Amino acid sequence: MNAIVQKASRKGRLSALANPARFLALVRVTWPGLALATIVAFTIGLYLTFSVPDDYQQGRTVRIMFIHVPAVWMAMGAYMVMVSAALGVLVWRHPLADVAARAAAPIGAAFTFLGLATGSIWGRPMWGSWWEWDARLTSFLVLLIIYLGLIALWRAIEEPARSARMAAIVILVGALNIPIIKFSVDWFTTLHQSASVLRLDGPTMPPVFLTPLLVMGLAYLLFFLTLHLLAMRNEVIRRQIRTGQRKAAQAARTEQIARGKKQ
Amino acid sequence: MIALLKRDVALALSGGGGAVTALLFYLSVVIIVPFAIGPDPVMLAAIGPAILWIGALLAGLLGLERLFQPDREDGSLDQLRLSPVPLPALCLAKSIAHWLVTGLPAALFAPLFALILGLDTPVIAATVATLLVGTPAISFLGAVGAAVTVGLPRGGLLLAILVLPLAVPVVIFAVGAVRAVSMEPDPFWPPFALVTALTLFFAVIGPFAAAFALRGD
Repeated sequence: MNAIVQKASRKGRLSALANPARFLALVRVTWPGLALATIVAFTIGLYLTFSVPDDYQQGRTVRIMFIHVPAVWMAMGAYMVMVSAALGVLVWRHPLADVAARAAAPIGAAFTFLGLATGSIWGRPMWGSWWEWDARLTSFLVLLIIYLGLIALWRAIEEPARSARMAAIVILVGALNIPIIKFSVDWFTTLHQSASVLRLDGPTMPPVFLTPLLVMGLAYLLFFLTLHLLAMRNEVIRRQIRTGQRKAAQAARTEQIARGKKQ
Repeated sequence: MIALLKRDVALALSGGGGAVTALLFYLSVVIIVPFAIGPDPVMLAAIGPAILWIGALLAGLLGLERLFQPDREDGSLDQLRLSPVPLPALCLAKSIAHWLVTGLPAALFAPLFALILGLDTPVIAATVATLLVGTPAISFLGAVGAAVTVGLPRGGLLLAILVLPLAVPVVIFAVGAVRAVSMEPDPFWPPFALVTALTLFFAVIGPFAAAFALRGD
């Protein structure tokens, strides 16, 4: 694989689109492997999910957790990807950074929605209501609105460089919400249970439940990476098409003018 | 910087400015709520501080769209960008000017509107205090949104979508602090201190982010 990447980079150096070309080659090599790994991880994870014993309090609904918790992790993970991409836009002006941020937003929004929906389905039998105005749920809803607002902002600004910069600024200001989500269960007295996996004194969950959760977490991570890479590839290709169209339009116009002069 | 602040305040207070309109809008929001939920004095007194806060928030958002837009249209934004005063300082001045004509009047008129809603004196005092301390956060945060959306068609709508979610913590803690006064057991100072902290935080971040957005425009 290394050789291919190197070859691609050598080829990329010749091309004017150095980075996107090398990136496209990299995606072409990696995405089938990632997709396969995702399928394998989901197969194992879902099998484990359906083979865990019933929880003594939650009963069978504990299985929703294996869908819910990793979705929420990835919803925040996608935002962190966008934060680092925003830094890439503002600090290094990397041409792929805005592509990465833009591709992550709809995926992150989808994971956020999945997290809210599964949480709601779990909350109905457990808490007795579809929705509670609790700190974690509210801050997560805010995350969804931030995602959708960002997508709207990207679509509203026509000029690519400007939209990249403006979105990056909003991403960084909106990053304030992430620590609020993470620590909302510790800072406020809420209905949502407090952290049980990422704790300083180690996970408080029994291994029977922890193993399937981590496998599902891995599956979601691979799933996100696959989707993100493919979405980035699509965005790069979309931009290339747009540039090509513009060039073609310009060429047609010059030709037209030239022909007009001749007549 | 002071000159810019004075100019912006004068412009807002003059006929074409939005200060009076924003205040009237604030009053309309406060009036429409009792019509929507029914004139029950007990319930109005309970949710009064929240109504005042929502009104102040929306009135603040209303003026934000025009924060940089006129300057961009008549070219003075380019002049500001070229001026020897650093751009973040100018953004800070513009945010403060925005607060002086929207947030401050909202806080000053809150006692009057609170009387219509039938609030008690300590609750009114707490509401005014949180409005005084919390509304600058909306102006600072809004400056970022205004800078990002300047020159866009329907920018005001987008601005509201971008700014409102970020203003949620301010509203939560502010209304929480007021509720602590009306319902005894909760302490007033911790949420109040958090509102102050958020305002100071946005006072630092807002002007820099706004200046960064304007420079790239």
